[in-house]
Amino acid sequence: MSLDNIYNPYLMRIEKVTEEAPGVKTFRLDFTDDSDRERFAFGAGQFGEYSVFGEGESTFCIASSPTRKDYIECTFREAGRVTSALARMEAGEVIGFRGPYGNIFPLEEWKGKNLLFIAGGIALPPMRCVIWNALDMRDWFKDITILYGARTVDDLVYKHELDEWGKRTDMKLVTTVDPGGETADWKGKIGFVPTVLEQMSPTSSNTVAIVCGPPVMIKFTFPVLEKFGFDSEMIYTTLENRMKCGVGKCGRCNVGSVYVCKDGPVFTYRQLQSLPPEY
Amino acid sequence: MKKQYERSLKGVKQEMTFITRDNLLVFLRSIIDSGKELYAPQLRAEKIFFLPVKDVSSVVFDYVQTVESPKELLFPKVERMLSYHYVDGKMNVTDCSRGQKTADRVLFGSRPCDAIGLKTLAEFFRQDIPDTFVQRRQDSLTVVSMSCAGSDENCFCTSVGAGPGDSTGSDVLLTPVRDKRYLVECLTEKGKFLVESEKELFDEGEEINKEEYLTKLLQTFSHKEIAGKLSGAFNNPIWDEASLRCLGCGACAYVCPVCSCFDIQDEGNSRKGDRLRCWDSCGFALFTLHTSGHNPRPTQSTRWRQRVMHKFSYMPERYNLLGCVGCGRCSRACPADMNLKEELNALDHILEEGRQRVEERQ
Repeated sequence: MSLDNIYNPYLMRIEKVTEEAPGVKTFRLDFTDDSDRERFAFGAGQFGEYSVFGEGESTFCIASSPTRKDYIECTFREAGRVTSALARMEAGEVIGFRGPYGNIFPLEEWKGKNLLFIAGGIALPPMRCVIWNALDMRDWFKDITILYGARTVDDLVYKHELDEWGKRTDMKLVTTVDPGGETADWKGKIGFVPTVLEQMSPTSSNTVAIVCGPPVMIKFTFPVLEKFGFDSEMIYTTLENRMKCGVGKCGRCNVGSVYVCKDGPVFTYRQLQSLPPEY
Repeated sequence: MKKQYERSLKGVKQEMTFITRDNLLVFLRSIIDSGKELYAPQLRAEKIFFLPVKDVSSVVFDYVQTVESPKELLFPKVERMLSYHYVDGKMNVTDCSRGQKTADRVLFGSRPCDAIGLKTLAEFFRQDIPDTFVQRRQDSLTVVSMSCAGSDENCFCTSVGAGPGDSTGSDVLLTPVRDKRYLVECLTEKGKFLVESEKELFDEGEEINKEEYLTKLLQTFSHKEIAGKLSGAFNNPIWDEASLRCLGCGACAYVCPVCSCFDIQDEGNSRKGDRLRCWDSCGFALFTLHTSGHNPRPTQSTRWRQRVMHKFSYMPERYNLLGCVGCGRCSRACPADMNLKEELNALDHILEEGRQRVEERQ
């Protein structure tokens, strides 16, 4: 990626394709240029512009942890022009990547605290980077709890990792599906994420809550956290406004005078409360 | 200039630099002859645009404002950012900023508002992570502006902190005085370089009061007061009413000297093509539409609010830059006759009334 032209992408080879859920795939990407790989560094929470030449660029997070060097992973749902083109690609093909952009989850500040991750549907990927980052530095934190829900069992992403997290004894995983989305052998909970969260009666003492999900899930989750005494400064989320440039120039991701691409995507609930509701 | 005025207040007459219209045409010709690209107001389909000059006799001197701003000289409507070509099993990407043509250009006849617009645009693109495409073009552009002897009902530069003889952003500023002569102010090294290359065309004359030769434009609102009032006006119903006429066509953004929003699009196929940057507008519904169908600015009124807020509140707050230079082009271009100056005056009144009502209640 040339420093001269801020819109020039790295070229990255697709090393591995994982089918996560219907229409949802994970790519493991590696730099085609060794010096790019050596130079590249990112933090949990950052995102990039992924491109298919001839189709365009699309914005999503880096879903792998910065503790796992030598590759990055991204998870996307086939939805628009670029993600549909990405979905047609196979291992060995080359895509463009610009980044990393945006701010990071402040893991240093969270040292010595309990972490409560709450995610819904396709919003687990932006949280997976920070979950693995935290698990790879397990002794930094006290209790780690993940609550993850999706519409149906089929829609749960990272199924292998859910199995792995479920078996670990140094963390707690709660999975749930919306009523009607369960299968005969479903062993997790049945209910919407905010409802299940309420049943869990989470402790707010010395705890950071990280919430990622569709707007409706977030809307009903914040009040539950507040009910259990979470300070709005201890609740983190990521915003996903539409972006083109990723570097504060193209003018579409702003929420008031704040740019999601530069000041975010990670925000505390306290910060969101001071912004106009344009996200 | 300021110093000259200050000295003249003490009674010391200063010499000023002038050029005649005839010599100005010679000067413009010399710019072309020296190999530079000259852009100046010229007629195209009976309207005036900044166009490349081949023959200086086609340069127009009698105009209030060109249809489009000169922002394309820094930020083209469509710009190739990179090219890609898949050959022999390998994707090759060519960075278009490397071979970018940075011909020396001279813009002649821009109004003071346009010069401020170019400066604002360049400063915006320089923020945080500098955009070299815009930067390089600005580095090789010399701006020779012309003060305004006339204005129309859409002009409002004096309400946004500028004026018909403002020299901000210009390298050279000419002010038409009597007998087809122009007062010449060299404001930057670039400007001095250009003028000194043909200095025999310029002459020294007795000091004059520049203000006498400028159009008088009444200030109708204060952008600083508007910015203060806007910060509490996000949920005000005025946005709905003011935007009822808006077609969402984006013409205002295209003619605006400061609007800088863009889209990035690929043109070509999977083997060969270009990645382009194209002008875009916050007035378009698709501008902020998420793939999921969710749109943070779902209605024309929320998009109109963004346009006004961005220019008069967010940009000043974040970058200490004002997103408007008062050129009035948006009002001239609007097919639904929306008029930014009138809208801002109305906004000022309504927000002031609201503020007073709140004070009375307290």
